[in-house]
Amino acid sequence: MTFIHFAIILPLIAAFLIAIINKYVKGIHLGWFVLPIPFIIVSYLFTLIPTIRNGETLLLNLNFMPRIGMNFDVYIDGLGLLFAILISGIGTLVVLYSIGYLSNKEKLLNFYIYLLMFMTAMLGVVLLDNVLMLYLFWELTSISSFLLIAFWTTKERSTYGAQKSMIITMFGGFMMLGGFILLSNLTGTFSIREMIIASDSVVGVGAGTLAVVLVLLGAFTKSAQFPFYVWLPDAMEAPTPVSAYLHSATMVKAGLYLVARFTPVFMLSTTWVWTILIVGLITLCWASFNAFIKDDLKAVLAFSTVSQLGLIMSLLGISGLAIVRGANEQIFTVAVVAAVFHIINHATFKGALFMVTGIIDHQTGTRSIKKLGGLMTIMPITFTMTLITSLSMAGIPPFNGFLSKEMFLEAMFEISNSNFSSLASVGFLFPLLAILGSIFTLLYSVKIVMQVFLGEDKKETPKQPKEASALLLISPAILSFLVVLFGLVPNLLTKSIIDPAAMSIINAVEPLNTKISHWHGFDSPALWATVVIILVGATLYYFRDTWIFIYKYIRSNYTINYLYDQGLNYSTIYSNRFTKMVMTGFLRTYMVYIFGFLVVLGLITIIKTGLNLDLSNLAPIGIQDMILVGVILTALLIIMITKSRMVSIIMLGAVGFSMALFFVFFRAPDLALTQLAIETVTTTLFLVCFYHLPKQSKLPEHRKFKLTNFVVAVGVGAVSILIGLSAFSNRLFESISQYHVDHVYDLAAGKNMVNVILVDFRGYDTVFETLVFGIAGIGIYILMRLSINRKDDKNEERAEESRL
Amino acid sequence: MKSALKRAGYKQVHKQMNDVHLQFISKVAFFIILLFAFNLFFAGHYTPGGGFVGGLLMSAAIVLLLIAFDVKTLRKMLPIRFRILIASGLFLAVAVPTLLMFFGYPFFTHEFTNVTLPILGEIGIHSATFFDLGVFLTVCGSTLLIIILVGGADD
Repeated sequence: MTFIHFAIILPLIAAFLIAIINKYVKGIHLGWFVLPIPFIIVSYLFTLIPTIRNGETLLLNLNFMPRIGMNFDVYIDGLGLLFAILISGIGTLVVLYSIGYLSNKEKLLNFYIYLLMFMTAMLGVVLLDNVLMLYLFWELTSISSFLLIAFWTTKERSTYGAQKSMIITMFGGFMMLGGFILLSNLTGTFSIREMIIASDSVVGVGAGTLAVVLVLLGAFTKSAQFPFYVWLPDAMEAPTPVSAYLHSATMVKAGLYLVARFTPVFMLSTTWVWTILIVGLITLCWASFNAFIKDDLKAVLAFSTVSQLGLIMSLLGISGLAIVRGANEQIFTVAVVAAVFHIINHATFKGALFMVTGIIDHQTGTRSIKKLGGLMTIMPITFTMTLITSLSMAGIPPFNGFLSKEMFLEAMFEISNSNFSSLASVGFLFPLLAILGSIFTLLYSVKIVMQVFLGEDKKETPKQPKEASALLLISPAILSFLVVLFGLVPNLLTKSIIDPAAMSIINAVEPLNTKISHWHGFDSPALWATVVIILVGATLYYFRDTWIFIYKYIRSNYTINYLYDQGLNYSTIYSNRFTKMVMTGFLRTYMVYIFGFLVVLGLITIIKTGLNLDLSNLAPIGIQDMILVGVILTALLIIMITKSRMVSIIMLGAVGFSMALFFVFFRAPDLALTQLAIETVTTTLFLVCFYHLPKQSKLPEHRKFKLTNFVVAVGVGAVSILIGLSAFSNRLFESISQYHVDHVYDLAAGKNMVNVILVDFRGYDTVFETLVFGIAGIGIYILMRLSINRKDDKNEERAEESRL
Repeated sequence: MKSALKRAGYKQVHKQMNDVHLQFISKVAFFIILLFAFNLFFAGHYTPGGGFVGGLLMSAAIVLLLIAFDVKTLRKMLPIRFRILIASGLFLAVAVPTLLMFFGYPFFTHEFTNVTLPILGEIGIHSATFFDLGVFLTVCGSTLLIIILVGGADD
């Protein structure tokens, strides 16, 4: 147990502690007590950077369930460290921001416990080496995110959003678990590092491809890729610190982490690479296209998050190609570096943008873009931060978004130029889609700045706007500062963080020695693409009124949201209908199911195994047997066709007494005696019960012929006869009854073998049969007594009447 | 029995039915059936019979009394509670094999000896008899309880 193990569960421990603090300390905002925890973690993680920078990795074992290979093994390489620093670093800022954002009137204890739970879960996901533990923490992120989205439980929209995100991410989580289990079957280990070593056994197998699909489902649902992105816009009902933390910087990147982590495992699978690349690009374009039309600031940011995640996802897809084509090719390493760099950049500018949105919401009382305007002079600091981060998001120099976008475009151009034979005709689509997505990214970024801060002061806001307090401003200010810093001095990051992370994605050994520069020269196509993006974007924004009508063609009926809602709706309706159809509540229906199943099962068995009838051992049939069988058959026939209950009971008695006669003929005097006595008693009981029947059903009803019942009854009869015959003709062993015959006197001092078996050899059965008899008597006693006590006088009278 | 008849539509059921023949014959037959029942019970180890049939016949004999007289008269003749009959029968059926364990035998290993009694002379005593007695009592009690209850009389 080292400090890093402890650091993963430190937030959970803190969650218990702040519950105690909350009880005894009043007056101080609870967030101040939470603040040190992510700060301690991030400070500790920074001390690990020098180690990782030298190309070393840390592996710290801690046994949890060693028998099934589920261990709490922490594995720290560049990728894990990058994510862990993002989680705890932005976590610190978010906690700081939430102190200003949430007032003491809210349920702060719940909020911080959920948040700390989430922090543990995310740290566990990115730092653990064991896939089962990874899954455990993965589901914990889903659960804590569910709790945080539904933080204002009284609002209908937030519970809807929470449920939606829960269903979709849980679906992905389960699929991912299936993928992990498949992988561990193929490679024989639960450890990711050992999977990477054994990755040869994954590729080219059908199960390997299935594992790819399942793991990707998990990653795509969590990272809100097309078409699973629908939960993210609805998750915006959460408090803004939660949106900033979970739904921009950390949780949605868990899917990216998963893809990056498993790239070396699936490195040779083409399914993996192309699925990620194509889905990422589709997500990028579709979400950025949708983001422009949204009216709610947080919805714009949600779609923007989805599109940026798509961008990173497509870059990771290209980095998978790095291994296929050999790591030396410059282009693929560019893609990896771009992906890692953009993960950092996106976390900084999107976190800041969400916080800014929260500030606007907090200070004006609305998030609707239509109601806002002209806030530049009123909130200058907020405006500055929004400008910096929006421009970074749009990819304008000199901010960090420009650098990663440049690298992204470059990678896309390269992939269309490189000679993949299958790409010859459609290769041009990749840069085209990338440019299209970037244009729309520019459009909505500009929209946020122009329509919220510039223009006239609309004075429609519920609150009188004014600049926010320092507590709210400090976190986005730090993030904005980082945006500028990384934009101006990108090489600050390359050696320490980006290179180790990129190396662990593509499993490279040699240092990459990346240099990120602003200027690539005039011959770089990415430069011209950026120029085109800015020019087209500006033109489109200026003439937006002329083409905005195309959004009208996207009806709400054709969206994935509609599909999701209707799917949920119809699955409820149809499952209800199915249940009502099958569960009729009539015993006769269930009997038909049970016996029908018996018939089907019996017939299938007989057909599959074949029927082996051997009738050579049959005893001769006497005349008395024939007569008795005739009597029984007649009685049974009468029972079936008669309309009177009385006749049925008497005929049942006739069957019983014939059975007793059978026992006489087959030399079973004990059975005959018992059968005679018990038949008399049961017939008496039937007759006595007969008078208890209510008047309505006492009338001899007309019995209808039902084909289903007939078929099932005949089937059951036929199957039982066949089974009986085949059991008779396939005696495999001698009977043990000879033992009883031999030892009935010397061991048990008796001569009636049946009785000796009953009370001596197999007396244990008899004890419980006696018990059954006693229970039956006492049970009937209780039933009769209860029903008598329950009746009041009126009912008694009515019952009496109906009987008479 | 009478209330059952009443419900069935026999409205003219008097308190004392004048069934001299039935009552007289059942008084005689009761003892004959009882003796037969005991015979079946005691001879069960050597000849057909045993606790189960014995118990059923015993209850049949009592049902005959019940038909001939009414429940109150039966109560006076046989002041037995059938629930207690069931309980004691179950107790015997479980206690006998359990008791044998205390004598060092495995569960349900019966033991038998010959003893000489003053009047009866030398007879064999088998622990299975006591177990069978439990079966006898339970069967008898349950059957009677059910018939009397369902027939509509109070126990």
